[in-house]
Amino acid sequence: MLDKLKIPEHHYLNNGHSLKSWLLTKDHKRIAIMYLMSISVMFFIGGLFGVGIRLELATPQGDFVSADTYNKFFTMHGVIMVFFFLIPSIPAVLGNFLIPPMIGAKDLAFPRINLISLYIYWIGGIFTLYAMIAGGVDTGWTFYTPYSATGSNTNVIPTAIGIFIAGFSSILTGLNFIVTIHRMRAPGMTWFRLPLFVWAHYATSLVQVLGTPVIAITIVMLAVERGFGFGIFDPARGGDPVLFQHLFWFYSHPAVYIMILPALGVQSELISTFSRKRIFGYSFVAFSSLAIAVFGFIVWAHHMFVAGISTYAAMVFSFLSFSVAIPSAVKTFNWSATLYKGAISFETPMLYAYGFMGLFAIGGLTGLFLATLGLDVHVHDTYFVVAHFHYIMVGGAIMGYLGGLHFWWPKMTGRMYSEFFSKVSAIMVFVGFNVTFFPQFVVGYLGMPRRYHSYPDEFQVLNVMSSAGATVLGLGYVLPVIYFLWSLKYGQVAGPNPWGASGLEWQMQSPPLTENFVETPIVNTEPYEYEHVVVKEKHLV
Amino acid sequence: MSNAVVHADSHGQAHAAHHPALQHHFDTMGQQKEAAVIGMWVFLLTEILFFGGLFMAYMLYRTWYFDAFAEASRSLDIFWGALNTAVLIASSLTMAMAVRCAQVNKRMATVNWLILTMILGAVFLGVKVIEYSDKFEHHHVPGLNYKWAAEHPSTALGAGAPAPVAGAGHAEPAAAAAPHRELSLSPEQLQLTTQIYFSLYFTMTGLHALHMIIGIGLMSVITWMAWKGKFDAEYYTPVEMSGLYWHFVDIVWIFLFPLLYLVERP
Ligand SMILES: [Cu+2]
Repeated sequence: MLDKLKIPEHHYLNNGHSLKSWLLTKDHKRIAIMYLMSISVMFFIGGLFGVGIRLELATPQGDFVSADTYNKFFTMHGVIMVFFFLIPSIPAVLGNFLIPPMIGAKDLAFPRINLISLYIYWIGGIFTLYAMIAGGVDTGWTFYTPYSATGSNTNVIPTAIGIFIAGFSSILTGLNFIVTIHRMRAPGMTWFRLPLFVWAHYATSLVQVLGTPVIAITIVMLAVERGFGFGIFDPARGGDPVLFQHLFWFYSHPAVYIMILPALGVQSELISTFSRKRIFGYSFVAFSSLAIAVFGFIVWAHHMFVAGISTYAAMVFSFLSFSVAIPSAVKTFNWSATLYKGAISFETPMLYAYGFMGLFAIGGLTGLFLATLGLDVHVHDTYFVVAHFHYIMVGGAIMGYLGGLHFWWPKMTGRMYSEFFSKVSAIMVFVGFNVTFFPQFVVGYLGMPRRYHSYPDEFQVLNVMSSAGATVLGLGYVLPVIYFLWSLKYGQVAGPNPWGASGLEWQMQSPPLTENFVETPIVNTEPYEYEHVVVKEKHLV
Repeated sequence: MSNAVVHADSHGQAHAAHHPALQHHFDTMGQQKEAAVIGMWVFLLTEILFFGGLFMAYMLYRTWYFDAFAEASRSLDIFWGALNTAVLIASSLTMAMAVRCAQVNKRMATVNWLILTMILGAVFLGVKVIEYSDKFEHHHVPGLNYKWAAEHPSTALGAGAPAPVAGAGHAEPAAAAAPHRELSLSPEQLQLTTQIYFSLYFTMTGLHALHMIIGIGLMSVITWMAWKGKFDAEYYTPVEMSGLYWHFVDIVWIFLFPLLYLVERP
């Protein structure tokens, strides 16, 4: 069987080899690949700043870089990771590649707008990288006023313009997905036959479309204040800095769901595929994505409990923040129920899925600590918060992204990566992540504030643990680059469906044709029909 | 193979003569048009939230500094504001006519209505230029020697100001007629808080004007396409989409006009 598998003669990757055939393509799959390369570059740039932070914090004294440089390090780390890696990560790469085939379409509804969104992302990235090279920014990724408007003398405007522009790339991606999911579904692909990955992206797109314009206008107001001396947020000019925080978090809390919802979608695909079972409670999992998107818009002020909002407002926002736990728990329990009595296995993507479940649970539960008014006053602006959101954004979103990438890599490239090294990397990422960030819960609870480049001696042990864990984590991230690139040439040919998965995308050849399907498929089964499907192409083992 | 998916020709009837404007990934013209319409509405939703942030800021500061907002608002010339409102509403009508004509295959009428819409848009922007230059003259541009002068008509001249001829660029007939009213704010506070009003005024009207300029740019392309005969009863989506956009920009002004010009007028 092994020698029967060959890379098909025609596929989207060899449909034109010139640079122009890539830069002017309207193929969602090629655009996804270009996004993959772009965000990987951004990930490693953002990661370098993370390395700088951990190096500085290995010793209690501020000896590696000055306090000002340190401020720039954590700002650039946050800006690049949030706006240029996490926000586009799963939607722009995996969503772009997979949503059309998953619903049986030839392309997204607006292929040209899809390409434009990539160019917009690049232009935004250039502005932000320019700001980095020109000396960086030191406001923190949150750009709180009045410091960002009148205090800081670093490159606030170029960075803000970069984020403003990149925001439109995110809006256009979301808009494209919404229209595609509404109007491009193949015959028979009803809403309740959609893979949960698609439902998750639908919810994500709603957040992108409704939230991103608010950060855009906030940046405009910040820019006119800083650039033209207009008075809007600056208290010296009669403005209200808390208004900035409201507007900022109105986007930036839902933005967390732009990062995590797609990962939850990937998770549902992985759990179902590798336990050979229909997902438990399909419609609950589907609607919990929408519920998270909706609740996400009414909890933002939990970031502002100590910013001087009224106690009553704080109580309401605290209560609402707790309610986000319900749909999140619905998902987690349904995945557990799917695993129960399933034929579960331990392929690399599934290792990431197991890791995700643990880390997402810890990240989510510590979120409840922070939503509690009294406790938040104690741990606000400490490393506890840093640890919490890294559990969600790295432990959740990046684990989901890597799990998805390992799952669909054979579909995207037609070849398998090294099973051994990918498992090593998955374990390194999981272990390294926990060693890095778990001590930060402790050190934060003990009172170490975030955003300082020095700290009291008694925190050193925990910080050294964190820096050591970060080394393992970093290596765990470098390893996939090597074996993925290696697989492009030397990897075993994967065939159309190496995991025996049930989704429509596995019906295409690997790598797919430019038009995905020769004929529009007609769907007449429910999703995740693993009861009928047990053909697993075991040739890979 | 695994899933019970049948490959079949799902769009049998669509193989008869494709419309030249039908893109390859759509099955029918209807599907293509619906996609565009939904996409445009979703885009307009993002636009609402984009302006929404500004309206939020406006709401807060107007509540905090109502007197300053009322005072600063009276310094705007209601004549120009009302004229522009009328111009924009008229342009929405001409735009709707253009869409209708495209729908019923009237090529030259479409072109003419589009041109008329662009002219009305340009008139609006011209009036905006007159108003902006007036603000520069009166030091009402925040961050640029901003000065809320006491000799301003509404506070100093009282009711005795001569009624200017309509059309004089810097006249404030309505403001001049306002009765003198005790203010709760000191001149220093007024200087500070009217500046917030004008910061919002310039940001809001500036962004609105930018949207108009983009709209006129879009429309000139659409006009050229219409003139080239690219549209017919089966395919006039671009005309309809720019129409939706234009109506949206119009609606934003319908909110901006009372919020900025009519805060408190006798
Ligand atoms: Cu939050």
